[in-house]
Parts: sequence; C-alpha cells; structure tokens
Amino acid sequence: MDRIPILHVGALLLVTIQVDMHDQLATNLQEDLTLRVSETHAKGVLIDISALDIVDSYIARVVGNIAQMSRILDAHTVLVGMRPPVAMTLVEMGVSLDGVSTALNVDKGILLLNKKIDD
Amino acid sequence: MPETIDKVLHLILEKHQEQLLEKWVASQLHSGEFRSDLVREDELREQCASFVALFVKCFSQKPDTDVTDDVWAPMAALLTDIAKRRTNQGFTPSETATFVFSLKRPLFHLIKEQSQTDAQVTERLWEISLVLDKLGLFTTEVYLATREDVIARQREEMFELSCPVVQLWEGVLGLPIIGTLDSKRTQVVMESLLESLSSTQSDIAIIDITGVPVVDTLTAQHLIRTVSAAQLMGARCIISGIRPQIAQTMVHLGVSLGDVVTKSTMAAAIKYAFEFQGLEVNAKDNKYIGR
Amino acid sequence: MLGAEYVCIKTEDDLLLVRNCVRQLAASLGFGVLDATRVMTAAVELGRNTLIHGEGGHMQAAIIMQRNTKGIRLDFEDTGPGIPDIDLALTDGYTSKNGMGLGLGGAKRLVNELTIVPLAPRGVRVRAISWLDRN
Repeated sequence: MDRIPILHVGALLLVTIQVDMHDQLATNLQEDLTLRVSETHAKGVLIDISALDIVDSYIARVVGNIAQMSRILDAHTVLVGMRPPVAMTLVEMGVSLDGVSTALNVDKGILLLNKKIDD
Repeated sequence: MPETIDKVLHLILEKHQEQLLEKWVASQLHSGEFRSDLVREDELREQCASFVALFVKCFSQKPDTDVTDDVWAPMAALLTDIAKRRTNQGFTPSETATFVFSLKRPLFHLIKEQSQTDAQVTERLWEISLVLDKLGLFTTEVYLATREDVIARQREEMFELSCPVVQLWEGVLGLPIIGTLDSKRTQVVMESLLESLSSTQSDIAIIDITGVPVVDTLTAQHLIRTVSAAQLMGARCIISGIRPQIAQTMVHLGVSLGDVVTKSTMAAAIKYAFEFQGLEVNAKDNKYIGR
Repeated sequence: MLGAEYVCIKTEDDLLLVRNCVRQLAASLGFGVLDATRVMTAAVELGRNTLIHGEGGHMQAAIIMQRNTKGIRLDFEDTGPGIPDIDLALTDGYTSKNGMGLGLGGAKRLVNELTIVPLAPRGVRVRAISWLDRN
C-alpha cells in the first residue's frame, strides 16, 4: 500500500494514518491531500495520527506543509490524537507545528474545524 | 597462607559438624543476647544447621576469602535470606553479623582441641577467621541493600502521593505540586499529566505550583515543554500559584515562561478554564450575597 | 557488549527497519514509553541523516553496560562527503539540504550522548547512547 485513503465527509477531508509512515507515503499524502482539497473545495482537513508511535521531524514537516498548502487553498487543518510521548519528544527536539491546530480526538477536531469554518 | 588445601582441617570440620552445631546453638541460646522475642528456637536451629552444613561444604571446596565466588553462591543466598528475614524481624545489623561471628567461639575451641601444634592452631584460626569475617560483613551489606530498596520504594510512593492528577471538572484536570521540583520528579509528574490528559480526553490542565518553593531555569523549561506538548496533543495547560518571590527570582534569573497562560491562584485558573469551556458559575439565590 | 544488530540504510524503507530494531532493543531493556519514543525518534532522525547527507550507510545497534546501568548504543556510519563543521551541524536550524534543520541537533536532545567522528577516507560515524536510567 503506498497511498493513505482520504475520506470526504461533508465539507471535510478525513485522513487516518494507521500504517508505519514512511517518507514516500508522507510525500504522496501531501500531494493527494492538496489535490483533493482543490477538487472538492473542502474547507477543512482532519489528520488523525493516534496510531503513530513516533513522529520524526520529516513527518512533522509534511504535516506542516499540508497545513500551509491547505490554507492557501482556503482550508483549515487540524491534527488530532497525538500521543503524549510523541508530543513530548517533538517538543524536546524543538519541532513546532506552526499553523497547525490540534485536538484531542476526531470528535473535538471536527468541532474545532466547524468553528474555524464558521468564523 | 598455604596455597594447598588443609585437608586435615576439613576432616576435622566434617567429622565434628554435629557437635559444632550443637555447641553453637547452645552458646547462642544462653548468650544473653538471644532475642527470643524476635526469633523462635527451632527457626534459629534450622538457620544454624543450614549455615554450618554449607560452611563446611563450601570451605572444603574453596577455603578462599572470596565469598562472591561461585562456590560460595549457595552460602551467599542463604545469608541473604537470613539477613533479609532478620531485618524484617527487627534485628539490628550488628545482631545479624554477630550471628555469624558467634560461630567463632565453638569453632575455635574445636580447632584448638583437634590440632597438634600451636603453629597449626594459629594458621587454621586465621584462615577460618578471614572467611567468617567476610560472611559477617556480607550480612551487613545485604542489610544495607534491603534498606536502600525500602528507601527507594518509599521515595517512589511519595512521588506519586505528592503529585496526584485530580479531575476538577469534566474536561478540567488539576495538578497541585508540593515540594521542590527536581529534574527527575518534574519529568515523572509531567509525563503522568500528559497521560491523564490523553486518557480522560480533558481539554485543560491546571498546574498549580503554590507549594513549590523554588523554580529554577530547568524546572521552568520542563513546565514550558509540558505546556507545548499538551498543545500538540490538542489540550491546554495553565500554570497557577506562582508566588511573588518566585516571580521575582524568575525575572532575575532570566527565566521566561514564554507565552504560557499563568494565573495567580488556582481559583483564577479554574475560572479561566470554565470560561474557556463556555461554562458560567452563578449563585442560585442572591440572599447569600453580602453575608 | 551484550548483543548487537546491524541494519543497512540504503533506502527510505530501511528507516522502518532502523526504527523496529531500536524499538525491540528498547523494549528488551525495559525502557518506558517516553524514553523508548525518544530513542526511536532519534534513531530515525540519525538514520535519515545517514541516508540523505551520508549517501547511505548502516546502523550498528548494541546493548551496552556501564556502572550497573544498561543502555542502547547506536552507531551510524556512512561513506558520504562527511561533515565539514561538526559544531555547526549540531546547531539548531542549521541545514545543508532542505530539512527543518533539526536532524542532528534534535536527535542530540533526545539521547544522553551524541558524538560525531570523521572516518577515513570518507564519511562519518554518529554515535548516540541512551541510558536506561537517564538521570
């Protein structure tokens, strides 16, 4: 499998990353998502990473890129479900996910996105 | 010290093992130092019997003073067991070591009776004495290790007791910290806070440091990191209870909390958390106001 | 040395092997979740460094023992052009290719020790050590 499925629900795109994220997969996701945002005119992108037990600076950069590209295409990005040790490790490394909003779970993420879209 | 094993000495030990045991047990029972309040006679007899048997066996295989050797391993295991049991029974470390040393008297008597010349006696006493001293000291080491275990466990427990993560409201966690925050403790506390945020899916955590006497650069750094990590997880951390002295020292030290939300009191932090969640606290009836 | 593992780093997929290898070592030593996450993340960062800047190489992972403490030692060796200024490479924000500039500096903060040694005639060895009891 070299592509992560993207679900289209209402005005949102949902991505759940459940496999070992390797670089090619991350790059593909970045391309697919930006393409789908412009095709579907989605207003929000929700990325669920609750299954990932590590996030390195490369994947963090891809997520950051997705957020920035989506923003240009008028969509907000919310990253949900980051595990506590992953969050602590990213902070210690000095990774900051500027421009990326976060939420504890998918439910809260959808609420946050809808709020952002309404504003 | 002779390189070759003193065969006669071993024969003496093996032959008179029973007699030695009887004398040793008897001398301990009547020494006046026998703690009948702490240990029963049959238990003592059993310990003595195991000790003498192992001592004779190990000593005949390797009369070396190195008790950490493989040959002496069963003896070390026995002594560890005895020392641990005695520690729990309330014996002092000296009393436990004396248990081993008290074998000297009947043993020396035996050697004196059975040896031909004075030179032989001296040599044999010296040899046996060295080993018994090591074994006695070994019990003290076991005692210390047992104590250290206890201390470490107590410290762990205090850790957990002193920083409980409590749920203040649905979606609001509180972490009152009491005492000095060293690097290790901060790390443990912060880790458990982040885990609690995740497991309870709470939106806000309030870290209250009213009970913290000093905040140094490292502690501040840990606090900031935790706040940032919580943010990455999609939650929020507020720090409350920074005392004026601490605020002063922090500024003097050049410690900055970055853009962390701080509140002077836990109450103010709770209010902030409620506002954040769109909650409002109202008096049910205004007749209590002004009392 | 109590055990060693060898992983080739030639493609991006190999980074998954690096990660799994380190995950297993961390689990076998009884690392906590946070410490395991740290050392795994550091390993992937260093592995990527070997791949991108070192033009590929390998990782040798070993369990080591010092003063009653066990630890994981990771040696990343490559045969690339080397690192001209090691201190500079460890500086935050420094990057020679398009990265976040956190690879080496970021990994350094996730482990207890990080050293870089130039190898003759080409390449570098990056050694990272993470102790079971960090403090």
